Amino acid sequence: MNIRISVQEQAFDAGAEIALLKSSGVGGINVFVGVVREMNEGDSVSGLFLEHYPGMTEKQIKTIIDEAGARWDLQSATVIHRVGQLHPDDEIVFVGVSSAHRGDTFDACEFIIDFLKTRAAFWKKETFSEGDRWLETRKSDLKTAENWAAKFE
Amino acid sequence: MIEVVFFASLREDLGSSGFKIDPSGINNINDVIDSLASAQGTHFKDILIGDNILVAINQEMGDVDTTVNDEDEVAFFPPVTGG
Repeated sequence: MNIRISVQEQAFDAGAEIALLKSSGVGGINVFVGVVREMNEGDSVSGLFLEHYPGMTEKQIKTIIDEAGARWDLQSATVIHRVGQLHPDDEIVFVGVSSAHRGDTFDACEFIIDFLKTRAAFWKKETFSEGDRWLETRKSDLKTAENWAAKFE
Repeated sequence: MIEVVFFASLREDLGSSGFKIDPSGINNINDVIDSLASAQGTHFKDILIGDNILVAINQEMGDVDTTVNDEDEVAFFPPVTGG
């Protein structure tokens, strides 16, 4: 499996990333692109700052991709996660996987983004009109990750 | 020396991005927390033993009983919120 991981401040080009996921024998590519929301918990968000743990974050992403590769038949997997100061409508994360068959790409893409939310060292701080706040892990995200674990038991 | 680093809201709560601490007398994460509390104030211990605080040793997840050696990197941080 070809693996591409990048934690970066600059924007990514989703089209160019999709092109990189094509290779001989690929029958389908599945992509998730996360975007900074303008509204969160009823407040209008003006900025989103992301911090990570250089070195550890990349290793954790590799582990998540390796787990996906062990469960589904993947040819390539790419995770690009932005850090630093972002704004509403900015693209924040790209997850792309390619495989001979579509079923594997849907499942693997969902698995990777679900675990990126709960198992990779990133922290988000939102700026809104009254100030800023560090986000807390959503219970629904933890539940989603638990559901995957239950599925594989 | 043991390098201790703090991330995100924890760094702001503690008012520090980290310290280098003397490894003598330190065997595990509990000892690291005690050393920080005695040098920086008991509020360090109150915050670092909180239920929601995670710890990594040399970039691998651990807990208060995980062994710590000289030259190790110890990171404390809150639950992650990426994606």
